[in-house]
This record gives sequence, structure tokens and C-alpha cells, in this order.
Amino acid sequence: MKQSIFEIVSHEQLTETVFRMVLQGDTSDITATGQFVNVRLEGKFLRRPISVCDWDDQTLTLVYKVVGLGTEQMSKMLPGEKLDILTGLGNGYNLEAGFHKPLLIGGGVGVPPLFALCKALVNKGVKPVAILGFNKKEEIFLKEDFEKLGVEVIIATADGSYGVKGFVTDAMKTVKGYDYFFSCGPEPMLKAVSFATECSGQLSFEERMACGFGACMGCSCKTKYGNKRICKDGPVLTKEEVIW
Amino acid sequence: MVNLNVNLCGLELDNPLIPASGCFGYGKEFAQWYDINMLGSFSFKGTTLEPRFGNPTPRIAECAEGMLNAVGLQNPGVEHVIAHELPEMKQYFHKPVVANISGFSLEEYVRCCELLDQEEQVGILEVNISCPNVHGGGMAFGTSAQSAAQVTAAVKKVTKRPVFIKLSPNVTNIVEIAKACEDAGADGLSLINTLLGMRIDLNRRKPILANKMGGFSGPAIFPVAVRMVYQVYDAVKIPLMGMGGVQTARDVIEMMLAGATAVQIGAANLTNPCVCKEIIEQLPIEMEKLGISSLKDIIGGAH
Repeated sequence: MKQSIFEIVSHEQLTETVFRMVLQGDTSDITATGQFVNVRLEGKFLRRPISVCDWDDQTLTLVYKVVGLGTEQMSKMLPGEKLDILTGLGNGYNLEAGFHKPLLIGGGVGVPPLFALCKALVNKGVKPVAILGFNKKEEIFLKEDFEKLGVEVIIATADGSYGVKGFVTDAMKTVKGYDYFFSCGPEPMLKAVSFATECSGQLSFEERMACGFGACMGCSCKTKYGNKRICKDGPVLTKEEVIW
Repeated sequence: MVNLNVNLCGLELDNPLIPASGCFGYGKEFAQWYDINMLGSFSFKGTTLEPRFGNPTPRIAECAEGMLNAVGLQNPGVEHVIAHELPEMKQYFHKPVVANISGFSLEEYVRCCELLDQEEQVGILEVNISCPNVHGGGMAFGTSAQSAAQVTAAVKKVTKRPVFIKLSPNVTNIVEIAKACEDAGADGLSLINTLLGMRIDLNRRKPILANKMGGFSGPAIFPVAVRMVYQVYDAVKIPLMGMGGVQTARDVIEMMLAGATAVQIGAANLTNPCVCKEIIEQLPIEMEKLGISSLKDIIGGAH
């Protein structure tokens, strides 16, 4: 965990509500895909937890959705402006879980952390299949980014305006031979994914939180292995431990 | 050279900074950010007799200059705290700690205090009679002078350690309750706990918090806290731990001028994990600017 100042290098709008912000700064405490950062915004008391979409030695990429006043304010920031960010928060995905052909299943703004995960898997020589779910064609983002990694990408849209009509679970039926899954998205989707397959997997959860590093107990949940904090013991939980 | 030392009921503190209960866990998460031994002490997570999961989520909502929480005293129970948390704490914190205790009955407060009284790491017992987030207990004890005095007298019988009663601001007359605690034998008072608040989600048209209401903390409540510490200081002779929205070295000095011997830092820890370290480093600079050579000398200085 580290608190440091990042400078915005680029900032672009991907859809009506989704933005990609690339920042420069100290990323040395980001140790796993699926971790998140907590961003301080001027005039806002609490930080905003946002998943890490990608990072390297010097840059951090956040792909986030405007969901309230804080993220709206963030969306108006310009390259050159600076942000106070806590990095290296959360457990992240476990890449040593023993699988050959995993599915990556993302819904809406749950898609971004799966990008860094996909990249890490490809670097390990694993070829996952990515299922990305959106409401409609206009809301699709990061599709080309996944494709550039050389993995098969299946898009599902709820209104059928692009790809498989329906939910990510409908798209899951079109894939054969996978033996594991990684997922991130709204809780009803995570639950549906969990029940749609016999395979084991890991799910990344979202919760309102204050600190982001395990102190306030604001984001607690009950699991089969006891009480956990989404921010510190999560956000990634295994399918086996989740109590729906 | 300036002097930051204060004496709290016989306990010599290197400085008046004490992270507040519920905002610092058992210190472990913060020990990863800085050496927490630089603190005066800290008040660990509110402890009850039985383990508690607390309230359903969402438990957190933001406000202008502050936040609401409705955690609801999540803790593993006093026996687990004694068997696991305190021994683990010994590895990264080497000073006497403040044990924060909550209860749902007089017996529960007494039993918790009895058990924690036996622990050598515990320097002060802080009895929370003001948690707004639990039902059938908590704040109920803190909103009448009579029940506040009852709890105070009962726990005083089972411990030799200094007992601080943590007071609620959600009352008509905090001075009356403070005096009742003093008369019943309290060694000191902690104030203020959070103010009861609510936020409503405009889209869902429902309260944001699953518990509907929660405790309001953060810089927005600082003037309320300063006022109450000032009023209570005038009315009692026992020392006060002042808290509520403190987030800078200047706030610490202001709280001490109002009458606090020690100053607790709560919500600020959650947005800036190093805030207490920064305040301790900044205090000498602000003291020099203000011509303060020893913090002890300014306690109640505004009266």
C-alpha cells in the first residue's frame, strides 16, 4: 500500500458514461491484477475506490464509470492535473488456482480489472476466453483492447444490438471446454455466473467503503470462511466461500 | 524545543494524539503505513461481550465535509480480543492502549470491563454509552444522566484502571450527563461520539444506509465538538479526551484550548492513513508559531 501523487497523462471518453484515465506515478505497490486504488477528489471527504485496468512501471490506467458527483468531477479533469491516490489495495485475482482454459466474465464497469488479468494470463501462456456483457451496442468498451491481446472475445448485449442477445450467462452457453472462471460485475450477475457453471472461479465484489485498507469495517460481508472485508480480504472471493 | 507530553489520569503520553475507536481497528492496518508507536496511545475497536457482525451493508455514506457510518459495533467479542487481538497488538504497539467497551446491558458492560481490566496492555477503559448504530443498548445508556451514572458506578466497582465514559452529543444537555458520570466516579470523559444522521438516495428514494440512520463524523462536526468540550470542561474537574472532526495540528490545539487533555482522531484516519503521523510532526511547528512551549499549559486555555 502506498499513498502518492499521480499526474494525468491522458483522459478520454469511451462511452457516454465510461472514461479512460492514464496516470503517471509510483505503481510499485500494485502487486496483483484485480486490486484497486482509492482516489482523493478535491472537496470530497471520502476517496473513490476504482479498479486497476492496467499498469506498468510508470503508468496506471483507470477505466471508470460516472456514477455520482465524485466520478463526474473526476471525468472533467485534464491531462497535467494531479491526483492523490492510495495504491495496492485489495487481494486481487489468484493466478495460481490451477486451470488450463479459464473464462473471463465481465459486466459493464466490471470489465476493466479483467483486462489486466487477461494480459497477465496471456503472459503466462494461458489463452482465456473473454465474455463481456453490456446493456447495448453503444455501451461497449475495451473490446478491441482484449482482442489485441489475441484472445477470443464474446460480447453479450441485453437488448441484442450487438453479439449474443442476452446476459453473460447466455454467452457462457456458447463456450465449450473451459475449466475455471474469473468474474467482475454487479452482484446479481456474479450470482448468476456462479450458478451457471459447475467450474470453480473467483468473483470480484463492489461495496461502499470508507478507508479501502481494512480499518473501518464499512464493507464487511459474511463468507463460509468467516467475516471478510471486501476492501482488504477481497475484493476477490472464491466461488466456494461466497454466501448468496 | 517544545513539549508535547500530557498526563492522562497518571498515564504519561508522549503526545495527546489518540486515534479514536472504530477508526483504527487494532492498529495493524496503520502499522503498515507508519510506526504507530509515535502515537500517544490509541483506542481500539469497540468491544462487546459477544461477537457481533454489525449491521447490513451499505454501512457508509458520504456527506459534505464528513461521512455517515452504521457499522454497528462489528467485533469478534471480548474473549477473542483478549486471546488473539491483544497478543498480536503487542508485536507492533508497545504502549498502554485504550480499551473501548460497549454493551447492551449493565451486566455486559461490567463483565467486559472486568475481563479487560486484567490485561496489562490496557491503560484506560473507555466505556461507550453513545453508539448510535445499535438497537436496544448503546446510545440508550448515554442519553439519560441516571443510566449514564449507573453504568459508571457499576464498571468502577470492577476495575482499578482509569474509566473514561464516552458521551453522546445526541442529547439536550451534555453537561448534566457529564456531571452525573463524574459524581458516579468516572475518572475522565471522552466526547463527542458521532451525531445521528441520514442521507437519502435520490434515485432509489430510500435512505442510503441499510440501517437508515448512522453516525455523522468528520470535519463538519468539529465546531459542535469544540463547543461541547468547552461546556463540559467548565462543569467537571476530571480530564477530557476531546474528539469530533479533528484533522489538523491546529484543530488539536483548538480542542485542547477548549479543555481536552488528550485529543482523539477518528474519520480523518480513514481518508488519510498517515494523518496522525502528520499531525504529530506538524504540532511543534504550529506550537512555535503560536508561542506554545508545552501543550500541558494550554489545556482549557480558552476559558
